[in-house]
Amino acid sequence: MLAKRIIPCLDCKDGRVVKGIRFLELRDAGDPGALAKAYNRAGADELVMLDISASREGRATLMRTVAQVARKLFIPLTVGGGVRTLEDAGRLLAAGADKIAINTGAVENPPLIAALAASLGSQAVVVAIDARRVRNSKSETRTSGNESAANADLNFRASGGNQAGAAGTRWEVVTYGGTKPTGLDALEWARRVESLGAGEILLTSMDADGTQNGFDCELTAAISGAVHIPVIASGGAGTPEHFAEVFLRGRADAALAASIFHFETHSIRSLKEFLRAKGVPVRLD
Amino acid sequence: MIAVLDYGAGNVGSVLKAVEYLGHPAQAADVLEVLQTTDKIIFPGQGHFGQMMQALEARRLLEPLRAQITGGKPFLGICLGLQALYESSDEAPGVAGLGFLRGRVTRFHGVFKVPQVGWNQLHIRRDSKLLRGVASSSFVYYCHSYYAPVTEETTAVSGYSQTYAAVVEKNNIAAVQFHPEKSGDVGLRVLKNFLEM
Repeated sequence: MLAKRIIPCLDCKDGRVVKGIRFLELRDAGDPGALAKAYNRAGADELVMLDISASREGRATLMRTVAQVARKLFIPLTVGGGVRTLEDAGRLLAAGADKIAINTGAVENPPLIAALAASLGSQAVVVAIDARRVRNSKSETRTSGNESAANADLNFRASGGNQAGAAGTRWEVVTYGGTKPTGLDALEWARRVESLGAGEILLTSMDADGTQNGFDCELTAAISGAVHIPVIASGGAGTPEHFAEVFLRGRADAALAASIFHFETHSIRSLKEFLRAKGVPVRLD
Repeated sequence: MIAVLDYGAGNVGSVLKAVEYLGHPAQAADVLEVLQTTDKIIFPGQGHFGQMMQALEARRLLEPLRAQITGGKPFLGICLGLQALYESSDEAPGVAGLGFLRGRVTRFHGVFKVPQVGWNQLHIRRDSKLLRGVASSSFVYYCHSYYAPVTEETTAVSGYSQTYAAVVEKNNIAAVQFHPEKSGDVGLRVLKNFLEM
């Protein structure tokens, strides 16, 4: 039986892993090769590295880190952050990534998805979608107040009401780390990226992200039901129960988290043992 | 020396890396001469069946590859490199595969997500040199939309929308539908078994 995947996410800045390392109980988190071996041992099914460097120099350093991690890592490695062109993606794959994640670059230039799929194969193309719940009541609308956001909101509302979730809920795609509304309906965008050749969707709920109050299962189930490609749920993981919910109720194919693994009480292995007891198929050797 | 067949689209780099990690010298092979001089051939396929066969032909690797396999050189196909061994694939109707194994490759169907991406279990059916030291029910990493039928050469199967060939072995020919280079310790063991054959 195909197992549900547990994917730790590592934020990297200027070539160093800055988040997502504590669960490994490593003294020297600066050695990417040692990190790679430890991820394997910890029972991670895949690894995602997201570059949060702001500078070009930082990104160049990332390439070296990716290469060092990849050399000793024999599980799939996805790398994302700032990928805007075919060349960006090609460099990451050459450094040793198996898949690349694109987010803002895909929203601003959707043909990039098709170009990446044609050149690298769909299996290497993960489209990251950051989605935020759209409130129906006026009093609950976003408070960002800037003009482009307001326009995007109008465009979004004009785009039609047939893309709603089970309870009439809708979600809007946001970019630039959740700061920029795009006017795109998340379900519509998910179907579009699939048709353009995306191999998987990495779905982050911007409402749940950072709360540790649980994944947005309604959003995840809506997106997972709208497409035929795997959906990786992200944002909100706080307890093992949250993972069980997103697999059983949210119909996720994989779940990604960073913070939960910072606390030694939640090792990947104990999480998987919990999930197995709940009837979720997981890889436990 | 191990040749890792490079037809321009496979995941050659990660396979080379894994083989070298296991202590065996390897090189990417995109010309006939390399195929002829190495001890073993690994064929990591990726992408589209029709484009793969076309690329092999365009690079003049198709007939030499066929000759090397027929001549008895140990061969390991990975993913699309397994599918290439069959007669044809529904992914590219009318395009002939290498034809070392009887049957046609078909697409997963039903309510299952396609491609199948992730870790699935191996169920070992009979004695296998390639799976020496690998326990039945071990997990391996898959990423594929098409699958090969279960035949007498199938030494292990996995189940998705269908039960399909996970490992095939016939004389000097071995092939795996999963990615041994991405399947952790189990995958490395499979590669090691092939390298030591």
